[in-house]
Amino acid sequence: MSFPLLTATAALPAVGAIATAAVPAARRAAAKWLALFFSLATLVLAVVVLVRFDPDGDRYQLTESRAWIADFGVRYELGVDGIGVALIALTALLIPFIILAGWHDADPLETKSSRWRPTQGFFALILAVEAMVIISFEATDVFLFYIFFEAMLIPMYFLIGGFGDRAHAGSDEKASAQRSYAAVKFLLYNLVGGLIMLAAVIGLYVVAGNFSLQEIAEARANGSLDMATNTERLLFLGFFFAFAVKAPLWPLHTWLPNAMGEATAPVAVLITAVVDKVGTFAMLRFCLQLFPEASKWATPVILVLALISIIYGALLAVGQRDIKRLVAYASISHFGFIILGIFAMTSQGQSGATLYMVNHGLSTAALMLVAGFLISRRGSRLIADYGGVQKVAPVLAGTFLVGGLATLSLPGLAPFVSEFLVLVGVFARYPAVGIIATLGIVLAALYTLVLYQRTMTGPVKPEVSAMPDLRVRELAVVAPLIALLIGLGVYPKPLTELVNPAVKHTMSDVQKKDPQPEVEAAK
Amino acid sequence: MSATAVHNLWTMAAADPIDKIDAPKIEYGQLAPTLIVIGAAVIGVLIEAFVPRKSRYYAQLFVSVVALAAAFAAVVALASGGYGTTKARIAAMGAIAVDGPALFLQGTILLAGLVAIFTFAERRLDPEAHGNRIDSFVAQAGAVPGSPGEQAATKAGFTTTEVFPLALFAIGGMLVFPSANDLLTLFIALEVFSLPLYLLCALARRKRLMSQEAAVKYFLLGAFASAFTLFGIALIYGYAGSVSYGTIAKVVDGTLTTVDPALAGTMGNDALLLIGAAMIVMGLLFKVGAVPFHMWTPDVYQGAPTPVTGFMAAATKVAAFGALLRLLYVVLPGLRWDWRPVMWGIAVITMLGGAIVAITQTDIKRLLAYSSIAHAGFILAGVVATTEEGVSSVLFYLGAYSFVTIGAFAVVTLVRDAGGEATHLSKWAGLGRRSPLVAAVFAVFLLAFAGIPLTSGFSGKFAVFKAAAEGGAGALVVVGVLSSAIAAFFYIRVIVLMFFSEPKADGPTVAVPSPLTMTAIGVGVAVTLVLGVAPQYFLDLAGQAGVFVR
Repeated sequence: MSFPLLTATAALPAVGAIATAAVPAARRAAAKWLALFFSLATLVLAVVVLVRFDPDGDRYQLTESRAWIADFGVRYELGVDGIGVALIALTALLIPFIILAGWHDADPLETKSSRWRPTQGFFALILAVEAMVIISFEATDVFLFYIFFEAMLIPMYFLIGGFGDRAHAGSDEKASAQRSYAAVKFLLYNLVGGLIMLAAVIGLYVVAGNFSLQEIAEARANGSLDMATNTERLLFLGFFFAFAVKAPLWPLHTWLPNAMGEATAPVAVLITAVVDKVGTFAMLRFCLQLFPEASKWATPVILVLALISIIYGALLAVGQRDIKRLVAYASISHFGFIILGIFAMTSQGQSGATLYMVNHGLSTAALMLVAGFLISRRGSRLIADYGGVQKVAPVLAGTFLVGGLATLSLPGLAPFVSEFLVLVGVFARYPAVGIIATLGIVLAALYTLVLYQRTMTGPVKPEVSAMPDLRVRELAVVAPLIALLIGLGVYPKPLTELVNPAVKHTMSDVQKKDPQPEVEAAK
Repeated sequence: MSATAVHNLWTMAAADPIDKIDAPKIEYGQLAPTLIVIGAAVIGVLIEAFVPRKSRYYAQLFVSVVALAAAFAAVVALASGGYGTTKARIAAMGAIAVDGPALFLQGTILLAGLVAIFTFAERRLDPEAHGNRIDSFVAQAGAVPGSPGEQAATKAGFTTTEVFPLALFAIGGMLVFPSANDLLTLFIALEVFSLPLYLLCALARRKRLMSQEAAVKYFLLGAFASAFTLFGIALIYGYAGSVSYGTIAKVVDGTLTTVDPALAGTMGNDALLLIGAAMIVMGLLFKVGAVPFHMWTPDVYQGAPTPVTGFMAAATKVAAFGALLRLLYVVLPGLRWDWRPVMWGIAVITMLGGAIVAITQTDIKRLLAYSSIAHAGFILAGVVATTEEGVSSVLFYLGAYSFVTIGAFAVVTLVRDAGGEATHLSKWAGLGRRSPLVAAVFAVFLLAFAGIPLTSGFSGKFAVFKAAAEGGAGALVVVGVLSSAIAAFFYIRVIVLMFFSEPKADGPTVAVPSPLTMTAIGVGVAVTLVLGVAPQYFLDLAGQAGVFVR
């Protein structure tokens, strides 16, 4: 048996989490370096996966399969397609930056108890989330996926509820109450989604008799597994509901602004750039493959919901006074685009959606992490508390601008490519939807530029006049992200080549062909 | 009855010479687990009578642990001898069934009992009183609370070592309960395990009045439930002319029509069958703690000494569900179109009722009591499946659940303030800051209760829901996941309280337990994680044990 590369990629951060948690209370710095080391080592493994993966080869590669819980029909089955590889790479790439950006976020204010080890806990939890996210991208067994899809809520919950911004305005007690409210809201929304999915997972087993994605998808394709129309639709809805909560899709999105607002900036990035991607990824992998007919049946409603997400998220982002909540609403708008791309059922749309997942991860990480640096300097999340920062901290302002421009999909930066592909893909099949979605871009320009204008330009506010510029550690976080945004914006080919074959497979699962241009069809 | 009938009886008895009566044939080997435990209980009583007070504790602990371990070894030997599968049989003149479910449940009860005995024996949580180590139990049960007599007993360092034989008697009854193969054995087993439990509930060292109140409530309601059961047994006898499970089942099926000419008038009367069966099931549902027979649970769980609560919550549930399964699957399968809808309804209201009422609780023991009600509902969902998978899923769930429960209650005993255990939830605020390890362990148990993946709670829940869905109870699964979501809310609330709230200045301290309680908690955590990550071996075990003998 060859080396289990995928298992190793998921297990390494898990080992790192345990090791970090075990560091003695006094050796706080050691815990940080250890966590960083493990996240970088995971990145190396992810790169190996990327290199070993052949985009034109089999659909699932580097597969592993072991017996696990035979009674439940569950096997430990891993395998990656191009989409999975891209998202694993994104996850492994972002985690070191998240760790670096949150370097001081979990330093204890005072060392009251020698047994209380928040720092170790913080970094261990981040690595635990990484491990679970990576294995969710790898799992080709529905049950295995479900287990980690659910289990990752627990470390996430502690990250949101246990570690807030130091610098939050108002009393400590109020902040801590808001934080635990946000954490509980996050957990309950996702848990309810997950439990409804559990009913559907059990239903799938009753219908199909096993949990293997490949086996079920094959049986569906060659007609040996017939589902009654209603059964398929109910099961689809069960799965989709959970993913729509996670993604999040309007009207199930309300936990995200709370969670991202109250969590520290690195954790907010972890939520929106990494964990939420599991939701959209799972729509592509599980909803479309397992329930192609029901997916097509539900498409109109989902497209409408995605459109509402795009416009509603963008409108609310325009009206936000809180920087982090603004980014959260912007993310809701972007997730609308991703879901739109997936359910447009065109290859451009789905390629675009996959690229969008990666690019949104990079651009949100850049914007949000710089916003986090800004907030930690001034001690406030309110936009109105800032002004004229570009005069005092030009590098900070500049990187903030690049992150913002990436968020509004400026041509030349990576998100432009994906947003364009999504819109083209949608337009090919549903022109009206495409036109309305374009409004989202206009609004994105509005909220990003207004945010920049209010915080960075204008007269220097007295409170920010002594604001230091980005430090070396902070630059080390932001610079590579911006380089990637520009690089993938100018030359997205490697990414599209990685993703396209996988998208073709998904398209053939739902038995959809790209609509032909009218001229050709007329011939 | 007419005079001739009496006369007939008389002459028949006289006609039979006395030496024709066959000696009952008892398969001692197959009954060994029960016999060992009951024998040890009797030895425990003798220890109380003859061993000096100073050495009783050690003698009792030793006897209990050895007996439970030996009984467990006997169960394992029987199971590996094939008595769980191919050699399943009915022993002791038709009174006891030795089969897969019986052996599996007996094994579970014995292990849970062993772990619970460790928590009974804990003597390091309270500071020493008058130079004597004290446990969770009252110095002298007979003394009036707060009286000089009680103070004198405490000062003299008395301890109620009777708890060990009492627990052994209870375990002995519980071993018979799920394996009882006729209604009279069932009833006797019910009383044998209930009476010691009533007593144990009254023996708390602290908050004695509450403890006694709990015991009286439990006793009165339990006596009602027993009376119902007994009345039901009488009616069933009138219907079938027999108390033996096999015979009743045949009469229900219609394969057997006459047993006793004297009962010709009532035999086969469906009213007797339905009312009788309902009354027996009611008695069992009372022990299980299913809504609407759950009223005693919160009060008794709260008032009883916490180690007893843990033991009761785990082992009683296992025994009672075992008896319920056997009754429904062996005696009344012919009646399943009648009892399934009822059980459906009870499962639904038990799941929802337990979960919803738990939200408003402010005492950790009451919270766990309502949570145990909700869990009874989940298990009932597996009972309703009426398939072999249903039986094995229930067996697995019971095994998983009991260790989580004992572990959780053992953690509750550790969190203490000046008044003993600090069970009010507000006192648990910030526990995660002060004792991260204890809080983390308790969080693991709570997550298992909530059914989060990678814990035994998830495997168990998945097993019963899967069985229910395959058994055609899909709607029950939907109700199940919804109440899981509700239940998750209050488990999470405790976690929030422990980890995200600021510790209070006058908060409780966490006592450092002896290796006994540590073992109990450690076993709980280990079982929770092992059954969560790699449950296959135990699912196989439960799967092989899914067939009843008739």
